[in-house]
Amino acid sequence: MTTSVAPAPPQPRAESPAFRGPTGRRKGRRTGFLWFALPAIVLYVLVVVYPTLSGAALAFTDSKGGRSADFIGLQNFVRLANDPAALASIVNTVVLTVSLVVVQTIVALMLALGLHQRLRTRGILRTVFFLPFILPSLIVGVLWQFLYSPDGPIDSVLDSVGLGFLAPLWLGDSSIALWSVIVALIWQNVGFSMVVYLAGLEQIPGELYEAAAIDGASGWRTFWNVTRPLLGPATTINLTLTMVGALKIFDQIFVMTNGGPGYATDVLSLVTYRQSFVLGNWGYGSAIALVLAMIVAAAAFVQLWLRGKVEVDR
Amino acid sequence: MNRYGPRTFALEIAFVVLGVVALFPIYILVTVAFKSPPAVAESTLAPPPELYLENFITAWTEADLLAALVQTAFITALSVAGLVALGSAAAYGLVRGAGRMHRLLLLFITLGITVPIQLGMVPLYQLMRDLHLLQTPWSVIIFSVGSQLPITVFLYSGFLAVQSREYEEAARVDGANGFQTFSRIVFPLLRPITGTVIILSSIHVWNDFLTPLLYLSGSDARTLTVAIFSFRGEFATQWGIVFAGILIAIIPVVTLFFLLQKYVIKGFASGLKG
Repeated sequence: MTTSVAPAPPQPRAESPAFRGPTGRRKGRRTGFLWFALPAIVLYVLVVVYPTLSGAALAFTDSKGGRSADFIGLQNFVRLANDPAALASIVNTVVLTVSLVVVQTIVALMLALGLHQRLRTRGILRTVFFLPFILPSLIVGVLWQFLYSPDGPIDSVLDSVGLGFLAPLWLGDSSIALWSVIVALIWQNVGFSMVVYLAGLEQIPGELYEAAAIDGASGWRTFWNVTRPLLGPATTINLTLTMVGALKIFDQIFVMTNGGPGYATDVLSLVTYRQSFVLGNWGYGSAIALVLAMIVAAAAFVQLWLRGKVEVDR
Repeated sequence: MNRYGPRTFALEIAFVVLGVVALFPIYILVTVAFKSPPAVAESTLAPPPELYLENFITAWTEADLLAALVQTAFITALSVAGLVALGSAAAYGLVRGAGRMHRLLLLFITLGITVPIQLGMVPLYQLMRDLHLLQTPWSVIIFSVGSQLPITVFLYSGFLAVQSREYEEAARVDGANGFQTFSRIVFPLLRPITGTVIILSSIHVWNDFLTPLLYLSGSDARTLTVAIFSFRGEFATQWGIVFAGILIAIIPVVTLFFLLQKYVIKGFASGLKG
């Protein structure tokens, strides 16, 4: 099983007879194939690679949006280390990302395992759980802001079962707000992870389960020894996409709390936006984004390492 | 495991309850849109006492949703077309080219999935400004295609790697050139994964908020999410009107989803084989 951090690009197959032949011709054919990729590569470099690299360079300058900017070494990072707002947002970003990756993946796996069974409602339930994923993130934010509002729908439900006294200020209490945001995000995105797992489950040949049943394996053993290892690629895709997605989350928090109360729900993507596009601190904003990128790289590396360990253990 | 016994029934009940919980926010979204302000004040949970359509009329006229709808549809259609064309061609070239260079380039593009866009946000904004593309839909289209190419190429290449190349070779033998082979033989075979790409990228582009907010601000060319955002600022506490506007804004993408939903799982299933 191939594993890597970025979902593994598929290995091209060994050459087929049609591609053998005189070296010159084969080379010509191969180069010919590159033309198909050229437009995509040019656009990708223009929109992703070049801006990312020059953003990284900007992080070491005092650019304020004008044409002139001076190299100031690590000053932006020193400033960041002494900026309580930026530090709080780093902690929040990590907490949010780890919670989302863990909880969303587990819930998605349970939903997929259930909806892979022959439930009569499974078709409609798959649609129901996936539906929130197609809503704009901005709208998810507006909707949940209303759901969480004092005396709003969620408080009304609690009231109707006599638990109204328990209702906190979902988005106004700084010890709860981040978790309220996380719940809304899981509601929105769990259906996507579920679909990736369902796709993974459909790849597992039914004979394997029949063989396990003949061998008298229990449900749990069958899951652990058959389902779990074969869901490896789906898990890699889910962990990677959820992690990358969590680190980029902006719209929902921007609308629900805009980082508040205090810095309770501030995350790096919000701070970057505020510094770069509201306050015009392009250099400092880019430095914060660079920290975000390094966290992604570190998380990706840890994931690769953990997967490597799992592979060896098996 | 294949029989519908009492355990399956218990599982079914549990899942239906979970489904009802998951639908609760959608229920609120739809019912509040059809309630008058006093009805919302009365109860946020109760179904609408009568179908109050005033909200939709106000939302449609006040938020200028028609213009936003046209703009968003234009941006989404061109971005998705660009993604399908560039993504499928790139995956074809890199998977079938089968050389070391091709493999490296494929890795180079798919690595883009993990790059946080925030780092490039400022330089890209400058670039768009220097190209005089700000406040035009082209800035959003170029950004959407470029930033979604990694996941698109990943999906297409996963699908292509497990497809037999017999048809392509037959076409070559019959004298088709490279472009004809791709457009007449390969691209039609990619249909299932193209369905997945269309759904996922339409959702992404239609729903994007920050990009049009940055690139189109100051112009009349607002997209739906930006229109809803400023609209919400205007009608902050009139949830009925805000939610009516939201319903109008999501109907097209929800419809597309119901039309193409069978491709979602299928496409991923093929992508996972890679």
